[in-house]
Amino acid sequence: MGAMTIATTGLVLEATGISKTYGAVVALKSASLAVRPGEVHALMGANGAGKSTLVKILTGAVRPDGGSIAVRGRQRTVHSPAEARHGGLVSVYQDPAIIPDLDIRANLRLTETRLEPFRHWLAEFGLADLDLSSLARRLPLASLRIIDLARALAIEPDVLMLDEMTAALPANLTERVLEVIGGMRGGDRSVVFISHRMSEIGSVCDRATVLREGETVGVVDVTAGSEERIVDLMLGQIVEQVIPQAEHAAARDETLPPRMSVQGLSQGTRLHDVSFDVHPGEVLGVVALEGQGQDELFQILSGARRPSSGQIVVDGTSVSFRHPADAIRAGLVYVAADRAEALLMQRSVRENIALPFIARIGRWGLIDLHREGRTVDEAVSRLQIDARAGNEVRRLSGGNQQKVTIARWVAGGVHTMLCFDPTRGIDIRTKQQIYVLLRELAEAGAAVLLYTSELKEVQLVCDRAIVIFGGQVVAEIDRADADEATLLHAAYHLQSGAALPQELAATAVEATGGEEPAAATHEPEVPA
Amino acid sequence: MAVVAASGRGHAAAAWRTTLRDRPIIPLIGLLALLVLAIEAADFGIVTPEWAGVIVRASIPLAILAGCQTLTMLTGGIDLSVASVASMAGFVTATLVNSPGGVAQGIVVVLVAAALVGLVNGVGVGVFRVHPLITTLGMSFVVDGLANVWQLQTVQTGAGVPPVLRTMGSGIVGDVVPYSLVVFVPLAAAIMLGLRRTGYGRLLFAIGDNPVAARLSGVRSWQVLVVLYVISALMAAIAGLLISGLTNTASVTLVDTSLLPSVAAAVIGGTSIFGGRGGFGGTMVGALILTVLSALITVLGMPEPTNQVVFGSIIVIVAAAYTRVTSES
Repeated sequence: MGAMTIATTGLVLEATGISKTYGAVVALKSASLAVRPGEVHALMGANGAGKSTLVKILTGAVRPDGGSIAVRGRQRTVHSPAEARHGGLVSVYQDPAIIPDLDIRANLRLTETRLEPFRHWLAEFGLADLDLSSLARRLPLASLRIIDLARALAIEPDVLMLDEMTAALPANLTERVLEVIGGMRGGDRSVVFISHRMSEIGSVCDRATVLREGETVGVVDVTAGSEERIVDLMLGQIVEQVIPQAEHAAARDETLPPRMSVQGLSQGTRLHDVSFDVHPGEVLGVVALEGQGQDELFQILSGARRPSSGQIVVDGTSVSFRHPADAIRAGLVYVAADRAEALLMQRSVRENIALPFIARIGRWGLIDLHREGRTVDEAVSRLQIDARAGNEVRRLSGGNQQKVTIARWVAGGVHTMLCFDPTRGIDIRTKQQIYVLLRELAEAGAAVLLYTSELKEVQLVCDRAIVIFGGQVVAEIDRADADEATLLHAAYHLQSGAALPQELAATAVEATGGEEPAAATHEPEVPA
Repeated sequence: MAVVAASGRGHAAAAWRTTLRDRPIIPLIGLLALLVLAIEAADFGIVTPEWAGVIVRASIPLAILAGCQTLTMLTGGIDLSVASVASMAGFVTATLVNSPGGVAQGIVVVLVAAALVGLVNGVGVGVFRVHPLITTLGMSFVVDGLANVWQLQTVQTGAGVPPVLRTMGSGIVGDVVPYSLVVFVPLAAAIMLGLRRTGYGRLLFAIGDNPVAARLSGVRSWQVLVVLYVISALMAAIAGLLISGLTNTASVTLVDTSLLPSVAAAVIGGTSIFGGRGGFGGTMVGALILTVLSALITVLGMPEPTNQVVFGSIIVIVAAAYTRVTSES
């Protein structure tokens, strides 16, 4: 780690005026980050603010167009992650950087990690008896994440960067990680911490740097009331509460037969006897902690997977899907959370939206470009897609990409839309546009099934919600009662009304197989 | 992060990269022009309209074979059986000259046989999901073997390349315009129109770009792939007929040496071997570049193996250039 010559600034890491453009898109205009010794420093920003670009630049994965980076007062040009490591910058991501076909010892050797400190940190995390000669691919993912972190700590970097590292950890491990990070405060080394969970920021961070549209817009001391200030900085001019709290109770008409009726659907061990109806004009929410069978449910409904038993009735007719094309023909269209799964990244916005039109063998012939252009333009303007970089969808922002995946189905007219966490990882303005759109679709007579990991979306968008726990529907909650606290109780399969102690939540997580539930990130908020 | 950057030098460099990525045909035509200049410099006066006619005539079968590679590579596949199918086509037609139906019967038999080979390829790739490299390589052995069996059966009846194919493959109107353009121009027009303006063409790009997204949008890729490999085999058979007419040779190994150049022409033309990116325009220029390049090597009096070294180097260099301009960071 070199000589400890503390320069006049006294900062461990100082990045100033960092800029980076990709083609016509400016990812970073002028970002700066100053980290003091011994602090845990949060890096915050809405999606597209440039957080991940800044981290990639600091760790050498991407080269900046301009700006300077100094570690302990000395200028650094970082060309590769290995150089960054030697320069005292180490990062840990959500996906562990571990080669699955090597054993742990060989993985450590790749990064020249010393064994004693590594073992020490493993013990800190409660993994003291790990066999270093075990093949990485045989170990559970949570352990690999911890190994990755212990390795980073063992290198004793000047600055440790944790990029959404806790997002996929089980609750008990997250707690340990936060404790260890907290324990580093006041020492000589520093941590840059990125997380979407305000509670984690509040519990371990000293200061927060906030990015917006590629610029550092503020540095905030993290104290009891600083959440509001951070959110204000992230949002900038955008006023958050423009979500129309529409009077949409009347849309659902119980006298109509259901558009889709799911009856006794089961799939292996993941889904047991799931039944529910969705009516035309209704947005039905699906609430579940991570891994409760909702993935399988949506895969079955979208035709990507076959159920082991049960049936789906659409408009009174029993249907069975062998291929997504069958589901689409029955009017069930699917919006995935993972845009990499849904988009042709190298193709244009137009081709992406028009893809379902040409899928059928009868539509392989000449395309009526004029008509297609009109349909696509309508969808683009309805969803307000910013198609300036429209030659290649991969150059659009995440929010615009998600809009393209929705526009694809809206363009053809929607009967039943299956949305799997459509607002995951996109900016707040786009989220609101999607809420409005889903309501509009329902009012026009469509049935919408919406799985969401953000509990507050239920009251904003849905008429009612079903809650799935352990592969079964455990509750049905009307919109009026679907506040976050009630939903969270139901999602943990607890009796509502009782307070939700954190220990209980943690127990429930362990009971569900150790996966961290997304819902737990949103603690019930006390109205201000 | 959606702010438009506009600043002098960076803008020019970005524009150049964009051109190279989105319209590779422009720099490719530049490269072709350079090669023509080089050959003119090496042998003053060689470049004449007649010379151009000969070059185009030699490029046409290669361009068709490279078309097979282009279409399959767009879906992330490849067709290594084209050379075997092409050789088989020329050879079998020659052996059937004296059959009751004459040349026409021979061509029909050959096209049906090629379609069957394509069907097997397509079912292997699309239905059984065997990697195209393996499927088509395996089929090339099968076709070679069957052609050899046919050769043993018909060794006495073989009667040589029929005159109509010789005219088609090697005839030149007015010493300038090759006869084979009669076949090639409609074929090339159909490919280019098909890729740009038909649903089927779009699906080739879609499957190559992201097969999961295509499936979730309701595309049954096996249908697309079966049709694709049948088209590819039919095109290979047509190329084989032209080559046997051009060389006045009927042999079961005639086209073998054109297999790798066919892949090379597609790659040079800007079609990505990983799928989702490319087109036939670049491929045609790629075929011309390779033909002029080997003419240049001949003019310079270099030995034949030089050809291979130069071909290989060009492919690697061009592929590296494409990788640089198409990667984002």
